[in-house]
Amino acid sequence: MIAAKRLLDQPWRMIGWLCVVAGLYATYVRFTRGLGASTNLSDDFPWGLWVGFDVVCGVGLAAGGFTISAIVYIFRLEKYRPIARPAVLAAFVGYLMVVGGLLFDLGHPWRLWHPLVMWNHHSVMFEVSWCVTLYTIVLTLEVSSLVFERLRWLRANRRIHMIILPLTLAAVLLSMLHQSSLGSLFLLVPGRLHALWYSPLLPLHFFVSAMAVGCAMTIVESNLSARAFGRCVEADVLDGVARIAAALLGVYLVLRVGDLVVRGVITQLWPLNPAGLFFLAEILLGAAIPMVLFSMGRIRRNTKWLYHTGQLAVIGFVVGRLNVSVTGFEMTAGKTYIPAWTEFAVTAMLVTIGIKVFYLAAKHLPVFEEDHDASLRSRRWRAEMDQQAGSLPNASSVAPAGLLAPEEQVSNERFQPI
Amino acid sequence: MNAILFDANECVGCKACVYACTSENELPDSDEDRLSDRRFTVLEEIDEDEEWYLRRMCMHCVDPSCASACPVGALKKTDLGPVVYDFDKCIGCRYCMVACPFNIPRYEWDSMTPRVRKCQMCRERVAEGKSTACAEACPTGATKFGERSALIAEAWQRIDSAPDAYARHVYGEKEAGGTCVLIIGPQGVMDALNPNIPDGPLPHRTWFVLSQIPAAVAVVGAGLVGVNWIIQRRMKLGDVTTTETREPTEGGAS
Ligand code: SF4
Ligand code: SF4
Ligand code: SF4
Repeated sequence: MIAAKRLLDQPWRMIGWLCVVAGLYATYVRFTRGLGASTNLSDDFPWGLWVGFDVVCGVGLAAGGFTISAIVYIFRLEKYRPIARPAVLAAFVGYLMVVGGLLFDLGHPWRLWHPLVMWNHHSVMFEVSWCVTLYTIVLTLEVSSLVFERLRWLRANRRIHMIILPLTLAAVLLSMLHQSSLGSLFLLVPGRLHALWYSPLLPLHFFVSAMAVGCAMTIVESNLSARAFGRCVEADVLDGVARIAAALLGVYLVLRVGDLVVRGVITQLWPLNPAGLFFLAEILLGAAIPMVLFSMGRIRRNTKWLYHTGQLAVIGFVVGRLNVSVTGFEMTAGKTYIPAWTEFAVTAMLVTIGIKVFYLAAKHLPVFEEDHDASLRSRRWRAEMDQQAGSLPNASSVAPAGLLAPEEQVSNERFQPI
Repeated sequence: MNAILFDANECVGCKACVYACTSENELPDSDEDRLSDRRFTVLEEIDEDEEWYLRRMCMHCVDPSCASACPVGALKKTDLGPVVYDFDKCIGCRYCMVACPFNIPRYEWDSMTPRVRKCQMCRERVAEGKSTACAEACPTGATKFGERSALIAEAWQRIDSAPDAYARHVYGEKEAGGTCVLIIGPQGVMDALNPNIPDGPLPHRTWFVLSQIPAAVAVVGAGLVGVNWIIQRRMKLGDVTTTETREPTEGGAS
């Protein structure tokens, strides 16, 4: 059984190593010979795969962190608590990848800090850089509590504990700004972005689709970690996440298609043209089909199908974001940009490293509830937390148990084996 | 505010402007016919038989997208007219290149310390009160430097005095909220200019969203705190947060 699993792992391990080796070479090219040698970017396509995928998609795919946090810590839907920690961890890893991607893409990566001291508050990019910075700090704090808990640094943990509600609130607000501002970036280019994608509602589209894909990512991630760690999937919880995803996708579809109809652009879909096909791919794969599947009880109860639907939604989302940041520009410019292999290599390397970091963190930190319970064996710890819960007026809100407090709200019976 | 008027009907295609720009900005010699990191202006041949030429260069928008896009304020509109670039601030995000509706800024892709490159309307010369190198070099007055409003008036005067030779359009008067490079000429030349530039200033579109942020944060933040408080209270009243053996709650607010 274990041997079989190893074998199954092997090809992925090989691919992972390949990605890293190729990525390292591409890194070498990038930082010795510059962007020209390592990318197919040009004056006509100043932004390519690194911005379009690593940053624009990366941020969106990390949206599970704030969506689930908000559901659990602000709306207190306790059922979802078991997936809050993995979702926050995934967001943290996702943002590290975004920052990594930025370091490759910026012409002057060592000036990454410039926007923090040289302000232009008229610039959406300025807002984006502040959001990346602040939200990465917030995520680091949130994740650090896992490390503190693991190391039993009670005092440090308590410090974080005390600010956790403002922290969660900040996470939600910053994400809201960040997700939507990625859409706002493109508000400036009505002439250059194809009408199927340019819309005054871009910020809203980006925000809603990010929340939806955040849910889809949570489903995918839960399944992957279930396989990796031999854990059971919280079927009941994921059922709920899928319902939320379906609802969000529905809202997104109405917004997106309604917007096209109101602006009268929908007619551009017919006769079929490349732009229309890209649009259809995005809408069908990323919104319509997953919405239908997610709303079917039969699919939601089937772990495997749920997983595949989640994957589909993620792929469709990536197509959609790339449409805005690359394809939509190609369609109006009448020119094509195909990323260089080095661009793919760096992206693949970042993704591989991200997966590995997530895996290691999930393995060694109290990310999943089972480990979490195990790390609570200390009576002293529990006593201290209880005492604190008593001494602080709003302590239960201040202490989202999924991250910090040892409230055993979820018993193991609720986990259903696959 | 200073501006440049280009009159395609006066241009004889001598490229004196291009050569003047090359030496003024100490750019390497080359005969590239497209804007690049080593060419801030080019002369495009629109029609060989008619001898129609068109100058391409930064339009020095009155409300420039590039400057509004730049996160660090490396690009700035000066009161004198030029849109100037400060390399020491630039982080190389290239949003300015994406943002420019005229697709003007160029990048030094092969450099390890790449700069954004574009015409800066001879910023030092203009600051000293001189005209730009290209305008000074132009033998026919096809490129003319002066006060923007005066040049617009002159452009319309030229159009009105020879209605057959000119299209009734001063390109740059309204495009993208107005630019400090104005172009007039026969219809054939005007057709080569990008017609997809909306009339209003583009930065208003992002500013409209950005300016809502403080209010949005306040409202949503207060809303979330309020909702959380209500739910907290309900949970407390329902006494669901104290016992260890209780059933998991399905959310207090439902
Ligand atoms: S034409 Fe482009 S580069 Fe020149 S000022 Fe306008 S937006 Fe900036
Ligand atoms: S590339 Fe430089 S000048 Fe252009 S927007 Fe980015 S920081 Fe500003
Ligand atoms: S204004 Fe100066 S920099 Fe711009 S095209 Fe003319 S000579 Fe070149």
